[in-house]
Amino acid sequence: MDNIGYYPGCSLLGTAKEYEQSIRHVFSKLGINLIEVDDWSCCGATSAHATNHLLSVALPMRNIILAKKQGLKSLFIPCAACYNRFVVARYEIENRPELRKKIEDVLEEKIETDIEILNMIEMFQRIDRELFLSKRQRDLKGLKVAAYYGCLLVRPNGVTGFDDPEMPSAMEDVVRLTGAETVDWNFKVECCGASHSITNMTVVTTLSKRIIDDAVENGAEAIIVACPMCHSNLDMRQRNIAKMDSQHKSIPIFYLSELVGFSMGIDKEDLGLSLHFIDTESVLARFSTAIVAKE
Amino acid sequence: MSAHVKVREREKLTLAEEIEELTGINSLKCYQCGKCSAGCPVRVFMKVPPNKVVRFVQLGLEDEALRSETIWMCAGCLTCSTRCPQNFDLAKFMDALKEIAIKKGVISKDDILKFHKAFLKQVEANGKAFEFGLIRDYKLATFNIFQDLDIAPEMFFKGKIKLFSHRIKDRDKIKKIFDRCKE
Repeated sequence: MDNIGYYPGCSLLGTAKEYEQSIRHVFSKLGINLIEVDDWSCCGATSAHATNHLLSVALPMRNIILAKKQGLKSLFIPCAACYNRFVVARYEIENRPELRKKIEDVLEEKIETDIEILNMIEMFQRIDRELFLSKRQRDLKGLKVAAYYGCLLVRPNGVTGFDDPEMPSAMEDVVRLTGAETVDWNFKVECCGASHSITNMTVVTTLSKRIIDDAVENGAEAIIVACPMCHSNLDMRQRNIAKMDSQHKSIPIFYLSELVGFSMGIDKEDLGLSLHFIDTESVLARFSTAIVAKE
Repeated sequence: MSAHVKVREREKLTLAEEIEELTGINSLKCYQCGKCSAGCPVRVFMKVPPNKVVRFVQLGLEDEALRSETIWMCAGCLTCSTRCPQNFDLAKFMDALKEIAIKKGVISKDDILKFHKAFLKQVEANGKAFEFGLIRDYKLATFNIFQDLDIAPEMFFKGKIKLFSHRIKDRDKIKKIFDRCKE
């Protein structure tokens, strides 16, 4: 069994519970052992980097130091926002010696940054294609989905070093392994409004509506995400969008790990699908019984 | 290093110098092409476009830059930073302006700062974010009591919002990190 370090991030303990549940089930099925960073703490999120630069680097670094002490060579960070804070903090430490010195003083520890940081999609890219297909129990053929990356997986270009910042395609490759089809669309890296969800909801409903509408116009029945913030803005806030516009056509929003888990035949309750605000049965019902027998 | 010529020793740094000290960004690198504002998803919610805020800093119009709501409306999506032909990290520049505005007590979007403070208060106390505490404190601070009351019970029953926080063991360390970063 492969061992990989795991930093869930705070959202996965609360608003993104289903993301955590589906990840645990999917990777256990794939034979990967996720080792949680012992006593991990918050990355500081938007609130740290918007108000205190030093803090926004120190908080992720505390966790990197812990992971290194635990002997972890790779760290899987499923939340795109945490993932971004970690890679940006590491980049800053590696490129600004005077900042490294300051952060080492704050943490009272030497910093070593040689640890591989993986987002949700990169985790799936590591899985052998044959192994992935051998675990598949449902062919999601005929399901049309839009792969949505949002901001923090692909930007800033050259810092996350993941895929193309304007036209990424790695998530589509993973989605296709479930049998589902991916649509071509325009908003895969547009912002959903992020933390304005609480402070200025109009920003979020306006931006998220444009994203959902474009996915629907291009034939998608669902949107696939790998970020708790994107999920809550597109799923939970879709109720507010529907209130704003009576013509709004609702579509379910899945975490990538939920879609993969469903194709592997994992129980819908185990994947946390009932925790969504927008019903998922409308698109999944037709596949529910279609478990493929393996020889 | 700094492109700002120091005519004589001054006690006070210019805003451009403060930003450079904090982030390493040289404000003069921006040549005002406007590509950032053209692609900014929250531009429509701003009175002053992002490139103009950079211009304020370049021209030494410090008050205009620090008081603009633009710096608080920035969603941090990093589209500008990614597309800039000069590799000017505008999202980070906006963060630096917020940090300096807080230090100087010039806050044009108080509700957003209250949100950040409520979020960090929980992290400082528990080592992890705590949504219930965040929302409670934010609502009390802004009197924005009624937003989302309709979804709150559902969030609670789905277990997405908990009444008690997760707490890490080494909270002393977190407290120390916060104290030192505030100095």
